[in-house]
Amino acid sequence: MTTTGDVEHAFRTEYGRAVAVLIRHFGDIDLAEEAVQDAFAEAVRRWPERGVPPSPAGWIITTARNRAVDRVRRESERARRGAEAVRLSEPDGEPRRTAPGEDDLLSLIFTCCHPALAPAARVALTLRLLGGLTTAEIARAFLVPEPTMAQRLARAKGKIRDAGIPYRVPRGTELPQRLGGVLAVLYLIFNEGYLASGGPGLVRDDLTTEAVRLARLLLAVLPDEPEARGLLALMLLIEARRPARVGPDGGLVRLADQDRRRWDRVLIAEGQELLRDCLRRDRPGPYQVQAAINAVHADAATAADTDWRQILALYDHLAALSPGPVVALHRAVAVAEVHGPAAALAIVDALDALDRHHPRHAVRADLLARLGRRSEAAAAYERAAELTANGAEQRFLRARRDQLRKGIPA
Amino acid sequence: MRQYLLSIYQPDGDPPPPEVLDPIMAELGRLNEEMRAAGAWVFAAGLHPPSTATVVRDSGGETLLTDGPFTEGKEHLGGFTVIKAPDLDAALSWAGRMARVLAPLAVEVRPVT
Repeated sequence: MTTTGDVEHAFRTEYGRAVAVLIRHFGDIDLAEEAVQDAFAEAVRRWPERGVPPSPAGWIITTARNRAVDRVRRESERARRGAEAVRLSEPDGEPRRTAPGEDDLLSLIFTCCHPALAPAARVALTLRLLGGLTTAEIARAFLVPEPTMAQRLARAKGKIRDAGIPYRVPRGTELPQRLGGVLAVLYLIFNEGYLASGGPGLVRDDLTTEAVRLARLLLAVLPDEPEARGLLALMLLIEARRPARVGPDGGLVRLADQDRRRWDRVLIAEGQELLRDCLRRDRPGPYQVQAAINAVHADAATAADTDWRQILALYDHLAALSPGPVVALHRAVAVAEVHGPAAALAIVDALDALDRHHPRHAVRADLLARLGRRSEAAAAYERAAELTANGAEQRFLRARRDQLRKGIPA
Repeated sequence: MRQYLLSIYQPDGDPPPPEVLDPIMAELGRLNEEMRAAGAWVFAAGLHPPSTATVVRDSGGETLLTDGPFTEGKEHLGGFTVIKAPDLDAALSWAGRMARVLAPLAVEVRPVT
């Protein structure tokens, strides 16, 4: 029996829920965090001697609650604040939608992702309070100094408390809009892990893993929301390609060049099953359509087998649901496969809004190379490399540039 | 219940002509009435332009006066409303209605301690 592993597992799966329950109980985010951390420290000491309790989650919450009461008693000043100023806005007498812990968890997710908080603060709070990541870990993940991240977190918690950001699940017509904000935060965390915006490595597994875990958790408490299901499907289908996406040298391998035998078939099957559930519900949204696009790629045994017409049709659908230059750029890649690179280049050239978005220049470079316009293509690869801070991606883009300059076929 | 200050920011310079301003002020009056009826209204006031402001400071027991607003900018505080609300969402909902009446002016929501 590996007790350290048990505590670690309980931490990963139960930290957010325990913090959420304690916040509901004591109305103080800092106190809840400290008490839950105390409880896990206690678990590290006691579980190896006495064994893992029958309900680790229940043990953690009970222990944390006792620790919180101790702390409140010890710090009488804090107790006064706890009773008065530090009280979070919690509506009384509202019917619970779900089991106790789940309702609290959902409330905490919506509080962390509240639109009155800056997007960077939403991401940081979500990783901290629901994922249990330390301030240092979050700072490292987003390449900011630790004091900056500590300040960002403290400011966000202060605003939740003083401005009265409610600790509850939005009701009725409010829910779909607010859920969109939560899904955006989770997808942002996933994308940052999938293609780190800076640093030497291409991917940061910890962030993608955490985003997938939080998306699973959200779907478990909101099973009737097709976009929550669509987002999880999308993450799993992209995550499935990770083993093939990084070459032996740590460099980027493009979708067309990936060894598809290395794709994770278990994740693909789960993603496709989630997508079938979505189709049955027939309430399409942007995440579901993006998941469907990735499912088409997953169906193709080789790059040449890809059903680009279907992908283009899905991009047309996506562009109608959520118009914007980034979707237009991705759609152009499908246009190139169906109608040829010249048609796609006309679309990409018109996307002036994306002049500082490196994927636009990478796509443009690829199209120019396919049209035989090699020196323009090389310049576009260089422009793309200048605009990304991801070291692995830079190496990939500059290697393509050099191939073009030396006259090696692209 | 908490209290929130809803501040209305407007660009410096002359206000819009009466044919534009009057319907907006009437609409704002109706919104204030609705806040009163809902028990959310605490206080509201419009302000004369910043050129009428005086800043007062104390220096060793002596009162120093400066003509003009505390901060010079392209926008200034044009008026404010204090409301009671159970939480920020409720306050933001009233502020959203106010911003719709006053568009494109911005409304800042700040909790009262």
